[in-house]
Amino acid sequence: MEAINYLNPTAQMILFSALKIGVVFGVVMTAVAYAVLVERKVSAWIQNRVGPNRTSPFFIDYLPVIGPFLVKLGIFQPAADGLKFLLKEDFTPNYVRKVYFWLAPAITVIPALLTVAVIPFGSNLGSEKMVIADLNVGILYTFGIVSLGVYGIVLAGYGSNSKYPFLGSIRSTAQMISYEIAMGMSVIPIFILTESLNLSDIIRYQAEHGWMILKQPLAFVIFLIASFAETNRLPFDLPESESELVGGYHTEYSSMKFALFFLGEYANMIASAAMMVTLFLGGWTMPFIDALNLPASSLLLGLVHIGVFFAKMAFFMIVFIWVRWMLPRFRYDQLMDLGWRRFIPLALANIVVTALVVALFNN
Amino acid sequence: MPQFTDLFFYALAGLTLLFGFLTVLNPLSRSPVTSAMFLVLTILCMAGLFVLLHAFFLAAVQVLVYAGAVMVVFLFVIMLLDLKADERRHINKIAVGLGGLSALAIAGTLVASIVKTVPVSQTVGRLAEGETKALGRLLFESHILPFEILSVLLLVAMVGAILITKKDLR
Repeated sequence: MEAINYLNPTAQMILFSALKIGVVFGVVMTAVAYAVLVERKVSAWIQNRVGPNRTSPFFIDYLPVIGPFLVKLGIFQPAADGLKFLLKEDFTPNYVRKVYFWLAPAITVIPALLTVAVIPFGSNLGSEKMVIADLNVGILYTFGIVSLGVYGIVLAGYGSNSKYPFLGSIRSTAQMISYEIAMGMSVIPIFILTESLNLSDIIRYQAEHGWMILKQPLAFVIFLIASFAETNRLPFDLPESESELVGGYHTEYSSMKFALFFLGEYANMIASAAMMVTLFLGGWTMPFIDALNLPASSLLLGLVHIGVFFAKMAFFMIVFIWVRWMLPRFRYDQLMDLGWRRFIPLALANIVVTALVVALFNN
Repeated sequence: MPQFTDLFFYALAGLTLLFGFLTVLNPLSRSPVTSAMFLVLTILCMAGLFVLLHAFFLAAVQVLVYAGAVMVVFLFVIMLLDLKADERRHINKIAVGLGGLSALAIAGTLVASIVKTVPVSQTVGRLAEGETKALGRLLFESHILPFEILSVLLLVAMVGAILITKKDLR
């Protein structure tokens, strides 16, 4: 470890960045796999079923009590699912537009993973800040990257060259573009209050002045609902509504390419949850306890901060999953109506009111 | 590290030109969707060039507005129109002439502005309060009138577009 101190600053920066990217990527991938398991378990509980409880690797027999318990929880199910996706036949129909058909799943996953780069998931470990890229325009970067995610779905529909995927992708595009506007507008009051686009600054502001959810509840509600639409989850999962469109934009996909769409969806959920925690729930901070509200002074506290962040994120993931199994699907015109005629005017009004309050009371 | 930035600049500039060229004249495919996708790549590379100039705000907005919103709608329209006939059509000579003319005019304007610009001192220091705030001040303090005129223009275009789609209003 001593050797690190002899490297020049650039080399250290590259080394630590690479390390952080690797760890975050690994954590997000694992979280995606286990989010699928949680989804299956929660849906099972809601519907009074048991859920995955059979997958057991060969070494489980050597663990007396814990082994069967883990099997019952379905801990090994994600591994089996992943293996299945890798080993299944990757079938490409002969009428597809090959280049786009192959590109689309990748284009869906990449933006979802890129979003995580600007999120401060902890204060610091040692002198290293726990964020991959501390951008001054962090939130704009996120919105820019999220808006690129549409291409994966558009190209999946176009590349599949068949009816249902095309309809699904058109729905998805219209939906994502519409809700992006509401989402983008809902966070503007936060910038008015914090006077910064940097996510670390926003967390610092919340540590000093209280969580944003208390000051901007309307913005939070709009952001939360818009992120359901952005991730194509129920009650807004019209792009893939099984009853009308078979599977929507991923109807023609199989094996790992199909899995990539799901990976993208869950990675998007994780990114939205992380964004909500950062913007509205104070990120890694906890109010009333000074040690948790200020940047960490020791390694242990740094780890605790990361833990707090993950706990808040897990809460939102559960909300995402819970809502999916509790609510019916919206009709398409209701969805558009809600986005354009309810949320956008509300978000605009929220901006005006916040700006007025800040202008009147801060001077 | 100046060498690194130079390397990035030449790579991005080269890619911008290459993708731009492939947008209008792609030897492998005449599909309008492919052209649109190459235009998206061009825009992304230009955002990269903005980043090299430390204009992070412009880069983010470039991706957000052009690549993320405008081009998606373009792509949408192209896909719905189904331009199969257009893929095979001959090159329209008048269009090529007019296109060339406008390209020349834009190139002329750019060259003229580059020639006329007086080079400032080599180190354009980074703004103290961050470029987003500086840009906001510039827009809302010194250029407020042109800015508001532009927004009214956009509003007029928007209302016009909505009016065209409403058949019963005409």
